[in-house]
Amino acid sequence: MSAPGPTVTQRGAVLAERGPGPVRVRLSVNGAEHTLDIEPRVSLLDALRERLDLTGAKKGCDQGTCGACTVWVDGRRALACLTLAISCEGREVTTVEGLAEEGELHEMQRAFIAEDAFQCGYCTPGQIMSAVALIEEGHAGDDAEIKEWMSGNICRCAAYPNIRAAIRAVRDHT
Amino acid sequence: MRPITYVRATDTATAVTAVSSDPTSDFLAGGTTEVDLLRQNVMNPRRLVDINDLPLTGIVGTPEGGVRIGALARMSDVAAAPVVRERFPLIAQALELGASPQLRNMASMGGNLLQRVRCSYFRDAESPCNKREPGTGCSAVEGFSRGHAVLGTSEHCIATHPSDVAVALVALDARVHTLGPKGERSYAIDDFFLLPGDAPHREHPMEHGELITEIEVPATPIARHSLYLKVRDRASYEFALVSVAAALSVMDGVIADVRMALGGVATKPWRARRAEDFLIGAATQRNDFAMAARVEMADARPTAMNAFKVELAQRAVVRALDMLCDGNETGAAPGSGSGSPT
Repeated sequence: MSAPGPTVTQRGAVLAERGPGPVRVRLSVNGAEHTLDIEPRVSLLDALRERLDLTGAKKGCDQGTCGACTVWVDGRRALACLTLAISCEGREVTTVEGLAEEGELHEMQRAFIAEDAFQCGYCTPGQIMSAVALIEEGHAGDDAEIKEWMSGNICRCAAYPNIRAAIRAVRDHT
Repeated sequence: MRPITYVRATDTATAVTAVSSDPTSDFLAGGTTEVDLLRQNVMNPRRLVDINDLPLTGIVGTPEGGVRIGALARMSDVAAAPVVRERFPLIAQALELGASPQLRNMASMGGNLLQRVRCSYFRDAESPCNKREPGTGCSAVEGFSRGHAVLGTSEHCIATHPSDVAVALVALDARVHTLGPKGERSYAIDDFFLLPGDAPHREHPMEHGELITEIEVPATPIARHSLYLKVRDRASYEFALVSVAAALSVMDGVIADVRMALGGVATKPWRARRAEDFLIGAATQRNDFAMAARVEMADARPTAMNAFKVELAQRAVVRALDMLCDGNETGAAPGSGSGSPT
């Protein structure tokens, strides 16, 4: 393994090479700035859970198939397990912990409770982050559309009918 | 996952120089395949050059009626672009029937073309696999091959190309523009995907450090009447067993022009030229559709486990043409319960 250091290119531009050991990474999460020392290989999911104690995003498959780690990066839903934390510098990360305002749950969170939209709850933070985004994207028109555009969030307990009910409730209230 | 170093590139030429000058460097775009394969130790670069800040995100209609798609445009943005939906519905449908909304927000168009195969022997990082470790053999030929290819295979590799949108792009004669250490290049998309032959580790003609910058889709008036039909094991968020990208122009009950490509059945996105040749001038009847499909699949070499794909592909071709003739142009298979990208 060659020694890390700056790479001087033919154009003369210098790209700062960082790692492979821990490097200082600045992350903006739920509106707060954080500075942490992590290796470049650390996923956004691990940085959130293990370093920032934001354990809302869950590690289900860790390979991009279950959706339990869904967060927003610059306002778009994304999978934290397939995102390197260091690649989020300069971007705004939102997790389920960032949905409540002034101690009041987001209306989608309230709807999940009212509609009993979970059993074990493990997938729920990801479901909620997708569900809020779904309505903002305009993809909650009917149940078929909700099913299709929520298909990246797997619920092992199969609470799908109640999840759709919660989404409909927020859609119709908005 | 092994340790890596990280560089964020701010201009395209510098990114290309950084990767091409170092055999142990790779580009990082959406990461949806790459981070997964890094974690599995299937890919082992020493350094990643993050290209997500490069200005390659445009989705621009050309005055002639085509569209130029930046390599870093995200799948979701391309699918939502009005110029794509209007001029090339098969592209929008192929994108929206692929992956999940989260993955489509992340994955770039260039990365989509370069995504690695889903063959479990390739991805387990330990089975013999000629694509991952040339010369070790193909575990799928005698192994679990239900999802594998029946066209374009060799004794060295039968992995299916997994992309949906590449199938639509092959039907449309798209061009892939790149920037490499030797400057700009352009490839006809059908030449961009290589058959496995005796070198399945070579999947495209680019050299190390060459970067896709743009996908150019030429004006194709018949594509306004087109669809992407995807048949799979579950209604959403699954790779194709069989898919058909098709565009059709009918005059006086006779097929004046047709474009067709198949996904899920071949080692590369498969342009169905034999079927196209058969169909031009044919009547819009099921018998002719079925014969065209049979002609296209005549050279299929299935395994015992994926023999069903030969028949399934023919039925999908007939259904896609039926749907185009009936004016029913949403690509979700009937009964799938999927949303309809209109």
